[in-house]
Amino acid sequence: MLIEIDEIAKTFGATAALRPVSLQIPSGALVALLGPSGSGKTTLLRILGGLEYPTSGRVKFDGLDATGLTVQERRAGFVFQSYALFRHMTVFENIAYGLRARPRRERPSNAEITRRVTKLLDLIQLPDIGGRFPSQLSGGQRQRVALARAIAIEPRMLLLDEPFGALDARVRKELRQGLREIHDTTGLTTIFVTHDQEEAMELADLVVVMSMGQIEQIGRPQDIRSKPATRFVREFIEV
Amino acid sequence: MSDVLIASRGQPAPKRWHPVTEERRPTRVLLIALSLSLLALLVVAPLGVIFAEALARGTVQAIASLSRPEARSAIWLTLLVAAITVPLNAIFGLAAAWTITKFDFRGKAFLITLIDLPFSVSPVVAGLALVLLFGINTAIGGWLVGMGYPVIFALPGIISASMFVTFPFVARELIPVMIEQGRAEEEAALTLGASGWRVLLTVTLPNVKWALLYGVLLCNARAMGEFGAVAVVSGKIRGQTATMPIMIEMLYNEYMSIAAFSMAAVLALLALVTLVLKTALEWRHSDALATGRKH
Repeated sequence: MLIEIDEIAKTFGATAALRPVSLQIPSGALVALLGPSGSGKTTLLRILGGLEYPTSGRVKFDGLDATGLTVQERRAGFVFQSYALFRHMTVFENIAYGLRARPRRERPSNAEITRRVTKLLDLIQLPDIGGRFPSQLSGGQRQRVALARAIAIEPRMLLLDEPFGALDARVRKELRQGLREIHDTTGLTTIFVTHDQEEAMELADLVVVMSMGQIEQIGRPQDIRSKPATRFVREFIEV
Repeated sequence: MSDVLIASRGQPAPKRWHPVTEERRPTRVLLIALSLSLLALLVVAPLGVIFAEALARGTVQAIASLSRPEARSAIWLTLLVAAITVPLNAIFGLAAAWTITKFDFRGKAFLITLIDLPFSVSPVVAGLALVLLFGINTAIGGWLVGMGYPVIFALPGIISASMFVTFPFVARELIPVMIEQGRAEEEAALTLGASGWRVLLTVTLPNVKWALLYGVLLCNARAMGEFGAVAVVSGKIRGQTATMPIMIEMLYNEYMSIAAFSMAAVLALLALVTLVLKTALEWRHSDALATGRKH
């Protein structure tokens, strides 16, 4: 799905989290929003997902205005920073949640739900953990379950907030590959937020560098590395 | 190996390994004895005395005193007040906690203070305030009496007083739990397409069910036991507006000690039943509690 962000701005009280930013994300791209904390990247992601409304500006999905769509209508698969798995449900029920939440006439049968959840557990390569509770999983497993739960709703796009933030370095490398593979199999337009420039450069097709609520540069990883547009970008990617 | 043996011979080995996280035995015994005797003196003994006094002239006398019409009326009234007050305050408390923890708005601190108000205001003052507001000589009270709905010296007044006094229990129990859990799970449910109601029923409520249960039990205990506020608004009409605590006080003042202590024993038993119920629930759901972390 093509995502167009047109002069989106967001203020919280007197502070501007986002100055007007504009950005086009081509359908099927894997995009990193890269920047230090407080750069507005998470706010932008939450606006796309419908968890936050912009103060001004418009969002378009496939050319249609989506600014006023509710969070449910957006159908964005969202992976939260600490995964936000439902702690009182098994992994199976976590993944099935979005399917069960559908209105009755669109809801798949129980057999169909089981089939789909099983398939998703295979996709994240954890076929045997359906009966466990989130507290019984490792950090890496939780992240993959959160990803499966987001994909289960057949989303129009995938939005991930610091998806590797809470993991140790080795697991992080493995899961980067995992996200890449899931992106390639599903073909979903995927946007992830990160403060780790190495992660952004290695994983993304397109990197959006942000600072202080503004976009500093948009480009392919190699272009950002070879031709940093501003002093901020040059210094940030050197670290 | 032999070096170690030789080295250890120089110093006598400690008699017994002592765990570093424990106090010495005499300290332990002293502290435990102190807490146990306090518990016995302040909790177990009074409870025992009540039952002993109630049964001083035999079970028959005690039961006879409880089956008199005004005694039956007091028990029934107390149960009725609790049955109306507790569900309403559970709903209001949940709504208040939900609003305070899941949304940002101006005046939040003021609202929290307002919820705490019944804890800091003396129940008698609360009762007097209700009389001043709804008494027969006031505009609202006079009008309500004219319409045939008296508040003061009647059931609505007793319920209002009980609701005021027990309002904070559920909200106070829920707010810290809900703050700690944050909003992420609710947000996740929303992104998965769930409606607000569905989020409340499938995510928020299951996550706070234990806190909610504790709040409800505390609220119930207080609703049945409230004396001060109810004493002011009820008018203490025997057989009509006298709840169990009011009835106990009146009987005691009339030197009807068997009747007074029998009713006190019933009130204590009702509280014990809720405690047993809570323990039973916890025991039955111990697995869910273990995997469900804190609450």
